[in-house]
Amino acid sequence: MSSGGSLSTMQRLVEQLKLEAAVERIKVSQAAAELQQYCMQNACKDALLVGVPAGSNPFREPRSCTLL
Amino acid sequence: MDQTFLAIVFGPCDKCSKNKPLRPVSVKSEQRSYCSLCVEMMATEGLHENETLASLKSEAESLKGKLEEERAKLHDVELHQVAERVEALGQFVMKTRRTLKGHGNKVLCMDWCKDKRRIVSSSQDGKVIVWDSFTTNKEHAVTMPCTWVMACAYAPSGCAIACGGLDNKCSVYPLTFEKNENMAAKKKSVAMHTNYLSACSFTNSDMQILTASGDGTCALWDVESGQLLQSFHGHGADVLCLDLAPSETGNTFVSGGCDKKAMVWDMRSGQCVQSFETHDSDINSVRYYPSGDAFASGSDDATCRLYDLRADREVAIYSKESIIFGASSVDFSLSGRLLFAGYNDYTINVWDVLKGSRVSILFGHENRVSTLRVSPDGTAFCSGSWDHTLRIWA
Repeated sequence: MSSGGSLSTMQRLVEQLKLEAAVERIKVSQAAAELQQYCMQNACKDALLVGVPAGSNPFREPRSCTLL
Repeated sequence: MDQTFLAIVFGPCDKCSKNKPLRPVSVKSEQRSYCSLCVEMMATEGLHENETLASLKSEAESLKGKLEEERAKLHDVELHQVAERVEALGQFVMKTRRTLKGHGNKVLCMDWCKDKRRIVSSSQDGKVIVWDSFTTNKEHAVTMPCTWVMACAYAPSGCAIACGGLDNKCSVYPLTFEKNENMAAKKKSVAMHTNYLSACSFTNSDMQILTASGDGTCALWDVESGQLLQSFHGHGADVLCLDLAPSETGNTFVSGGCDKKAMVWDMRSGQCVQSFETHDSDINSVRYYPSGDAFASGSDDATCRLYDLRADREVAIYSKESIIFGASSVDFSLSGRLLFAGYNDYTINVWDVLKGSRVSILFGHENRVSTLRVSPDGTAFCSGSWDHTLRIWA
């Protein structure tokens, strides 16, 4: 019966919402600060961000040609 | 005196089967016979059910409201405000360094091997190709029995690939270096969905695969036995993408779908632990921030967004009035500072994740960008397009 189906769907939805409502949250200011800190700490290793010494990026160096 | 009698039938009740006087009742234009006790019970049951449904609906609405309230309480600042004091990024010089040509039709998906060099890509023409991105040579190729191979993934060991699409399956192919390799012969069907496979990913090992499907579910499979280990139900429409949390952060993954929702799942319990619904259209791509504390999404609503898992909310939107085509694929640079996003207008936009501004547009593809991944060590990223090619950018 369709009404039985939507009843159990609603019950599941309510249970799911209760679960999500109970999640522990932190303030955006704190979360944002930590995202920023991660960026700063790892910036030096990020080749696409800061570039790497010439020759050490395998895609940037000129390709060697194989002689057949 | 005239007396009209109601003809009473005596027999087994259609509901309780007891022999009792029966009353004829029409249920959905079918004639049934119920005893008076059952008739009473059904009448009150129906009432009870309707009451329960209505009260559940209002409980759901009030819970949704409470969720929004709780999230809003902690919304004390915007990410780009916190990032105001961060140094702005300079000009970027990113160019196509390699073009991989060989697919006969639209490239739909690609993945990097952990060796930071090999790439697997899949196409609408049913072909799956493994490339050496340094030399652009094709190392392996297999033709799938279906067209639209929408998903492909490299195994962590580098010794196998997984792919699937309109065949509703995810199959694993071991890679060998035999001279006359017959990949199709070694094919192993692992996942079975009831609609197209949209995404797949190996977990930390070659032994388990996570899949997402047009049937609205995600699933975790054991590769060896093909057994379903866990299924994830909750999306209200096709699931289009998924991404596994970086291994340090535990057993979760995020999925995005046509229901505009991004959902975070506990892999062990199958439970959805957090969900986000702020996009205005299908979510085509989701990718974790490298620390695992956030994830980005790309959508047909022409925006990319950043959701922080610990604040449990959207913390940034990457959009411009001039960008009106959907974002198909997103990935972060190694530090998480840059977000690369491929769009249906053939371009790739590079966003400053912290400040929310666009730092570069990359042109080159001659049709939609459908897939984009940064290499495992962050030295380059690869984009695949409906123009049949893949490009390596650095």
